[in-house]
Amino acid sequence: MKDEVQTREDRVANLKGMGCSRKRVEDARFTQGKGNYVDDVKLPGMLHGDFVRSPYGHARIKSIDTSAALALDGVVAVLTAEDLAPLNLHWMPTLAGDKQMVLADGKVLFQGQEVAFVVARDRYVAADAVELVEVDYEDLPVIVNPHESLQSDVVLREDLAGQTSGAHGPRKHHNHIFTWEVGDKEGTEQVMENADVVVEQSMYYHRTHPCPLETCGSVASMDKVNGKLTVYGTFQAPHVVRTVASLLSGIEEHNIRVISPDIGGGFGNKVGVYPGYVCSIVASIVTGKPVKWVEDRMENLMSTAFARDYHMTGKISATKDGKITGLDCHVIADHGAFDACADPTKFPAGFMNICTGSYDIPVAHLAVDGVYTNKAPGGVSYRCSFRVTEAVYLIERMIEVLAIELNMDAAELRRINFIKKEQFPYTSALGWEYDSGDYHTAWDKALEAVDYKGLRAEQAERVAAFKRGETRSLMGIGLTFFTEIVGAGPVKNCDILGMGMFDSCEIRIHPTGSAIARLGTISQGQGHATTFAQILASEIGLPADSITIEEGDTDTAPYGLGTYGSRSTPVAGAATAMAGRKIRAKAQMIAAYLLEVHDDDVEFDVDRFVVKGAPERFKTMKDIAYAAYNQAIPGIEPGLEAVSYYDPPNMTYPFGAYICVMDIDVDTGVPDIRKFYALDDCGTRINPMIIEGQIHGGLTEALAVSLGQEIAYDDMGNVKTGTLMDFFLPTAWEVPNYETDHTVTPSPHHPIGAKGVGESPHVGGVPCFSNAVQDAFRPFGNRHTNMPHDHWRIWKTANDLGLHG
Amino acid sequence: MIPAPFDYHRPDSLEGVMSLIREHGDEARVMAGGHSLIPMMKLRMAEVPHLIDLQAIDSLRGIRIDGDKITLGAMVTQHELIDHAELATKAPILREAALQIADPQVRYMGTVGGNVANGDPGNDMPGLMQCLDAQFTLHGPEGTRTVAARDFYEAAYMTARTDEEVLTEVTFAATGGGYAYEKQKRKIGDYATAAAAVLISKSGGQVSAASVAMTNLSDVPVFSQGAADALVGTDCGDAAVDAAVAAALAEIDPTEDNRGPVAFKRHVAGIIIARTIRGAFNRA
Repeated sequence: MKDEVQTREDRVANLKGMGCSRKRVEDARFTQGKGNYVDDVKLPGMLHGDFVRSPYGHARIKSIDTSAALALDGVVAVLTAEDLAPLNLHWMPTLAGDKQMVLADGKVLFQGQEVAFVVARDRYVAADAVELVEVDYEDLPVIVNPHESLQSDVVLREDLAGQTSGAHGPRKHHNHIFTWEVGDKEGTEQVMENADVVVEQSMYYHRTHPCPLETCGSVASMDKVNGKLTVYGTFQAPHVVRTVASLLSGIEEHNIRVISPDIGGGFGNKVGVYPGYVCSIVASIVTGKPVKWVEDRMENLMSTAFARDYHMTGKISATKDGKITGLDCHVIADHGAFDACADPTKFPAGFMNICTGSYDIPVAHLAVDGVYTNKAPGGVSYRCSFRVTEAVYLIERMIEVLAIELNMDAAELRRINFIKKEQFPYTSALGWEYDSGDYHTAWDKALEAVDYKGLRAEQAERVAAFKRGETRSLMGIGLTFFTEIVGAGPVKNCDILGMGMFDSCEIRIHPTGSAIARLGTISQGQGHATTFAQILASEIGLPADSITIEEGDTDTAPYGLGTYGSRSTPVAGAATAMAGRKIRAKAQMIAAYLLEVHDDDVEFDVDRFVVKGAPERFKTMKDIAYAAYNQAIPGIEPGLEAVSYYDPPNMTYPFGAYICVMDIDVDTGVPDIRKFYALDDCGTRINPMIIEGQIHGGLTEALAVSLGQEIAYDDMGNVKTGTLMDFFLPTAWEVPNYETDHTVTPSPHHPIGAKGVGESPHVGGVPCFSNAVQDAFRPFGNRHTNMPHDHWRIWKTANDLGLHG
Repeated sequence: MIPAPFDYHRPDSLEGVMSLIREHGDEARVMAGGHSLIPMMKLRMAEVPHLIDLQAIDSLRGIRIDGDKITLGAMVTQHELIDHAELATKAPILREAALQIADPQVRYMGTVGGNVANGDPGNDMPGLMQCLDAQFTLHGPEGTRTVAARDFYEAAYMTARTDEEVLTEVTFAATGGGYAYEKQKRKIGDYATAAAAVLISKSGGQVSAASVAMTNLSDVPVFSQGAADALVGTDCGDAAVDAAVAAALAEIDPTEDNRGPVAFKRHVAGIIIARTIRGAFNRA
């Protein structure tokens, strides 16, 4: 179509910019099986690594005999802690300021722990050799319960013996890691003492696992000729990995190239640094050959980062008519054998202090005690910003429990306590500044959409019919209103091991009007190549289809802190918009020169600069790009490039209203999700189709966690849920139809007003499914039961309430 | 998840299988669909130096229906059971049960023979075959013999089949009357928390014949003659169903696992059995 016949609407559509459900550019390769994942990386002469792992939860290692393994044809090396010690790599620092064994040093502290690393000519020989390594263990007492751990004489971390202080302050016991306290303890106590109503509720948010489709892995290649180390890996934060690898190995950062190729889901599992990465690097340095390590599903579930495992006690006070006056929360946090939580360094319990939720609570106090046990380390944020799922679960359960205590409708209780629209920006009792929100509007829209009153009437009829013996099915209505805190974050208070949590974008416009942009983030399925191009299209007026987005190669991408905690759009998305605006500023000067007017006499319009008041006089961005490279313009350097490093002034606070309707078979404990309505407000919407996909995915992972997905240990420290037979990963069959909806409350401080959305559905979904189960039993006296609500636990709830006659 | 080294054999006749078994003895195992054996090999819980794949043996394939007599070759897949129009008329419980086994990908490979011969208490076909009063044909060095499904299972993974024998086919009579297969499971691909197979014939509003069997509620499938007896001659009212359930529950011995403790399983088993009986009666 010729430019002159295009309407302005056509030109906007042609850009496929923000607000457009542009199809995902990634899907062509993924749907054809042509992605390039770590396990697809095959380098000449590449060797394969595999781990000998501990079968015990806690044991002393008396000896390791590698001779039979070394004698096997094709085995190149077997590394143990003894081999790594001279390099000081038998232990490594964790992201949480603790240290972690790379290979077992004298003892093992959890089942599945890495004991020795076999390197062989092929993957099969490596697996055979693992069987031939003989390790002599001596059993030690196993502790899988953190409450017990704090009472026990057994010292789990002998390496820390005598250290009364850790990375986050004093340690109260040899198995204690830290106490993190925020808020006004005394003030909260006072309010509680004088309150009309105070309710206390303990709840266990069970240990689970992000379980991405692709497990973790790496390929390290040390080129001894030029001294360069290249590491391909499943890294959600490739630049951080490069810096950490440099600090650990002493190799200068310019000699390390870290590449995250396609990543098959991360959900927090791929934020941390794992022994497998370190061992593949060391093995490559030792052998001079590339070394690949890729864990299998059982290893992934047993040893790489878990999520949650929070024993929480909430105390909430209110007036008799339901106005909340205070919140107190205490957490015993089970961190496993090493504190390897992936949180901003100053936040050892992440953003758990968002636990006042969406409510105007005048005073609050939070204390978290981190504890060592004989379980795998981790503590990552599984599809949520740091510990936000735990925080939202706590407050959304406390609201339900308070509603029971007050004999109030839980929807109304929420409404009367919401932070009001005019209170934003709102400073919470635990210190966060919520950027924007309109909770009442969202809540009313949601309640109306599902006919909340009608549902409650139907539920009451069902209860009556149940009591008359006419049905054995109960109906639960799960409510949740959540506020997320994402986009970490401002460098003034957010860093990881000292690295500020800004992010970046670098744009290069090509002479013919197409472009490449590189970011410090890395997509793991979020569709960055699609959406970041849309942001740019709207900012610089070139079609999204003409913009390549590239991430994940530290040699080419600008430094950034990676993708997790829904930070890509809030931080790197902002950097992208800002870099785009720099391009536009230069383009304006070029356009003015070409149009022979003053800079201030041209204005940007979709894909061009036009002379103010004379729309027929314009230069398209394509014309400008060509001129930038091919025309001598006085006072302006050739080229059209820009880079922006964005340090966000604040977090963003997406929110949403979710309602779930569930029928529960009282006799078998089988739940049937009849309806799930999800209203999300993520501020400005970049690609509605991708948002919807994100919401479906996050809700499905929420369904999994609330209805059955867990990493369970027996008393001996054995993982009971180490395969997908027992670890619940829902299929299309188990997933209900989701109804999505939205309101739009832009972030006032973000350049395009976007807040991030990938994790909201998980954060809001978990309490919503759980509340539905619990609500079904509320008329029979249920106050709280712990997740996961699998069939037998639901059945047990019914049984404990005497519903089986 | 990488198996120990093994040799792979793919004979094209039963005689070929027999000669490989003779040659390798304990070191050889036959494999039908492989959905039980291969994971065990990958976990190195089963070491099979000589794996004999039965895929190439045509005589083990096919569904044959001769009047009221139905014969399933050992290598008939669950997908074929679902897809067979005449079988769906002559013995519809097979289709109903097969649809509740795993997922389509597994059902394309998973076989009747493998499912019944492995002796895994979690498998659905053994209980179903006991309900149908099927006969299993075993081919061994001494020739061919048949064993009733109801006599075949001794303990978990222990059956009347000797190591030298191959299960070649399953035969049973077409069913009249009502049928139902109900299974409670945590998710697609899971074994049953409790499952039951019931066949009921009705005459003049009363149960004239019944067969009740259960899956994954003991270390073997459980056929309950007592449950059937409690139903025959009744109108399948609440009292009769209660009596049948009581009889069936007396014969099960579930164990605690991640699906739940014994008390839960017994309770759910009772519910599932009652629902299956009522379902079959209503269709009769």
